[in-house]
Amino acid sequence: MAATDDTPRTRITWDYAPAPESPDHVRLRDSYGLFIGGEFVDPRDGRRVASVSPATEEPVAEVAFAGEADVAAAVEAARAAQPKWAKLPGRERAKYLFRVARLIQERARELAIVESMDGGKPIRESRDVDVPLAAAHFFYYAGWADKLQYGVGGRKAKPYGVVGQIVPWNFPLLMAAWKLAPALACGNTAILKPAETTPLTALLLAEIFQEAEVPAGVANIVTGDGVAGAALVRSDVDKVAFTGSTAVGKDIQAALAGRGVGLTLELGGKSANIVFEDAAIDQAVEGIVQGIFFNQGHVCCAGSRLLIQESVADEVTAKLWDRMRLLRVGDPLDKNTDVGAINSAEQLERIEVLVAAGEEEGAVRRTIACDLPERGWWFAPTIFTDVAPAHRIAVEEIFGPVVSVLTFRSQAEAIEKANNSTYGLAAGIWTDKGSKAFEVASALKAGVIWQNTYNKFDPTAAFGGYKESGFGREGGPAGLRPYLRVS
Amino acid sequence: MTRLSVRKTYKLYVGGAFVRSESGRYDRAMSGDDEHVANVPRASRKDVRDAMSAARKAAGPWAARTAYNRGQILYRAAEALESRGDALAEPEELAAAVDVFVHYAGWTDKLPAVLGGVNPVAMPFLSFSLPEPTGVVGVVAPDEPPLLGLVAEIAPALAAGNTVVAVISERWPLPALDFAEVLGVSDVPGGVVNLLCGRRAELAPALGAHRDLNAIVDAAGDDELAAELDRLAAETVKRTRHGAAAGSYEDATDDALARLEAVTELKTAWHPIGA
Amino acid sequence: MIRRLPHVDRIGIEERAAWLGKRSIKTSAKQQGIRLAVSMVDLTTLEGQDTAGKVRQLAAKAVCPAPTMPEIPSVAAVCVYPAQVPVVHAALEGTGVHTAAVATGFPSGQTSLDIKLRETEETVAAGADEIDMVISREAFLSGDDARVMEEIVRVKEACGDAHLKVIIETAELGSYDHVRHASMLSMEAGADFIKTSTGKAASGATPGVTLVMLEAIRDYVERTGRPVGMKAAGGVSTSKAALHRLVLVKETLGDEWLTPDRFRIGASSLLNDLLMQYAKTQEGRYGRSEDFSKE
Repeated sequence: MAATDDTPRTRITWDYAPAPESPDHVRLRDSYGLFIGGEFVDPRDGRRVASVSPATEEPVAEVAFAGEADVAAAVEAARAAQPKWAKLPGRERAKYLFRVARLIQERARELAIVESMDGGKPIRESRDVDVPLAAAHFFYYAGWADKLQYGVGGRKAKPYGVVGQIVPWNFPLLMAAWKLAPALACGNTAILKPAETTPLTALLLAEIFQEAEVPAGVANIVTGDGVAGAALVRSDVDKVAFTGSTAVGKDIQAALAGRGVGLTLELGGKSANIVFEDAAIDQAVEGIVQGIFFNQGHVCCAGSRLLIQESVADEVTAKLWDRMRLLRVGDPLDKNTDVGAINSAEQLERIEVLVAAGEEEGAVRRTIACDLPERGWWFAPTIFTDVAPAHRIAVEEIFGPVVSVLTFRSQAEAIEKANNSTYGLAAGIWTDKGSKAFEVASALKAGVIWQNTYNKFDPTAAFGGYKESGFGREGGPAGLRPYLRVS
Repeated sequence: MTRLSVRKTYKLYVGGAFVRSESGRYDRAMSGDDEHVANVPRASRKDVRDAMSAARKAAGPWAARTAYNRGQILYRAAEALESRGDALAEPEELAAAVDVFVHYAGWTDKLPAVLGGVNPVAMPFLSFSLPEPTGVVGVVAPDEPPLLGLVAEIAPALAAGNTVVAVISERWPLPALDFAEVLGVSDVPGGVVNLLCGRRAELAPALGAHRDLNAIVDAAGDDELAAELDRLAAETVKRTRHGAAAGSYEDATDDALARLEAVTELKTAWHPIGA
Repeated sequence: MIRRLPHVDRIGIEERAAWLGKRSIKTSAKQQGIRLAVSMVDLTTLEGQDTAGKVRQLAAKAVCPAPTMPEIPSVAAVCVYPAQVPVVHAALEGTGVHTAAVATGFPSGQTSLDIKLRETEETVAAGADEIDMVISREAFLSGDDARVMEEIVRVKEACGDAHLKVIIETAELGSYDHVRHASMLSMEAGADFIKTSTGKAASGATPGVTLVMLEAIRDYVERTGRPVGMKAAGGVSTSKAALHRLVLVKETLGDEWLTPDRFRIGASSLLNDLLMQYAKTQEGRYGRSEDFSKE
């Protein structure tokens, strides 16, 4: 029977049934205090606020938003604990952090579910990426604690002292791990201020610190909003580490002017994902999708500017559009969901404003058709073609599931366009020719360059930006040095 | 009424299994007061041959695991040693042995950063150097301390991605043979560590003469044996390292880089930059 | 004809294939998927020791895999060596299950073109309505794409009305680039189906290889408008693996390809695992091999 027969066939459809991850084994308190000095304490001059699921707009748990007195208490607790923590032999500090890593692994499923509930990202991502990487970061930096001399070229190194760390809402637990693991391994004590909309996994991490018997005051978790963040930056800390928007990063850098406080910044990006005509095209399309739709595009290093060599632009764009239409947007707790909820109403508005600007500027917009839930904040994956380099959607960070497509003719033009940005966080290069991949990589002004892949992270590989994407690195031995004074 | 205990039959640990010596011979393990404590196998050259075969078979898959995975496995071995170690050694020696294992578990994913790197060659090439495991490492453990002395020599080899065939303490074999049971319950794959018990004068040269061995690490502290091992190594250009028995955590870790480097190869690769 | 190999990135394709393996197929989707998979099975026996008795029993199983679960459909085909075709054809008369046969010097193909064509003609005359041929790996690995295609064209002619599946034997080709290239050659030469493997080589229809071939079909259909089917043979022995392949088909070619006219799974022990898993969805109990007859 030939495949081109004409016998009438009922059209088959095979839909994936709902595959919800069950949260019934998750233990969340109704209300959390601030984690200061090894205990959960009531806020002194802060307030209580519900943390809401962006997929349902329902409250998940109540947390405290710290006031200035709370932040001061946390800094004091960290300061008190620091000398003893720093004096511990490295091998002892290491073992505390190994315990934390192991506990994250044991509680992995619970952490992943809470991350998805609180932040909106698909359970498949929190389960397979965020939580395992968080454990791996603690594991990796635990192993440095007694080998610091090898990370600083054999020179003498001392911890900074007390560090204030502010993390964003896109990878809440993972960013907490990126900050706390190296800081503590090096003998610093820390005050971590999670993002306003995603406090919960940091609070579970606080419980893990308790269970691991990490000495009181070594890690303090102070949930809150911009008030708490500003108070932390202004406080008596020896160093500040911030991951978030470039705008706030600049404010912090200005606020610390003249104070001799150490600073590392990991800020925004408008990273170029460059596809050459000799790329493995189908895999490049997959990489483009991973680059901009992973985590709803809430990724500082997202490949939001797609630069396609003109000779293959139509083919790549057509394949990309077909692939986008397979993306499943919906309940973050469904194991088959590819794109979850937008983290907040504010963020959704920012995305909508920029997308409207893109349409006004004359770019051609296509958004996939999908059923979006009634409640919650959602944005369907969108592609803009006919984008000019001067368009707002080619210049400004959207931080959503929106990709802007531009074309180029030559390698030199691709490099020029890619570098023509005040940002410099990441870039992607798709080509099957190794020498080209390395030549382009050498020319790009970006801190992380992915060749024939995108959005790959590992605790051993340094991550950070050029230009207004920030300075300082996280990951690898380079990730130690921001937390040490080397002499 | 006192209960009669069930005595352990001590075996060799080869290929992840507990086996008798193919020679059928045994020795009497004696306490410090010259009391007969237990019988232990007296391994032969053929046991060395079998252990080498197991180690070689396990070498490829062990090296192919990610560094992170090897680190996790070594950490779990430390967990197992901590929880079962009371019978193996005095608290101080045990604590040091566990901490040495943890120390080297933390080296697996840091070695390339420290021993390798990118070479800024004066030509348009990307050149990088990477450490790789040398393959199968032979270890001659010191008589004392029987547990820590062994762990100090095998942990670096494992962390660097090698598999190991070790000749354990001759005078005090029981801690190492019990340690084999600890490895047996951890996630260390069969064949990655092989422990042979017997007469050092027989086994060490047999191991050192095996043509498929890549490196020999000797902590026995016997100059004549050391010289013989060096001569045997010359037959196939084996890598050799001689060191004193590690009596403390510091002894085992201060020279970590030298221990690790002794059992790694450095591979340098070049690739043009330029389309 | 100078060969230009297409570019397939191994890490990327394997990642995508594995990623699609994470789709969670539950409840109604699982039941429907298993029934679909059964309907796509080419129940196969290709052994030196096959006899009329053995293949008759296999044919009975093919027509009615699970008498206790009547909603389970027949399989798509029974696949045997040419010598067994008359027996199978007679046993399957009037059942709707196809008689498929391997031919062209299966599995190695190391024989003359004349013999391959005669074997094909005889096998079709004996009652086979589907022929699974092997490409000449000897020609392919020497770089002689023209000869690879010529053989396929001639065998297709010899098939007459029978449909032709072309086995590219992925395990012997070298790389994913070669798998894609061989797929394209086969489709250009007129294959009705492209098939991964003979089942006699080191590996079969791995997720990566299956995905590469499905993408090749997708691009060929896009370019020419002519649909070509795909058969995954070798290594698909559990329901989980079968459902994974269905997900690959669905998310590469769409639901339209989820029919035995366009997708087949060459298997033998898979069928009973599908039945066991189906029974579990009904009764909620993990099964045992005795719950269903092996043949």
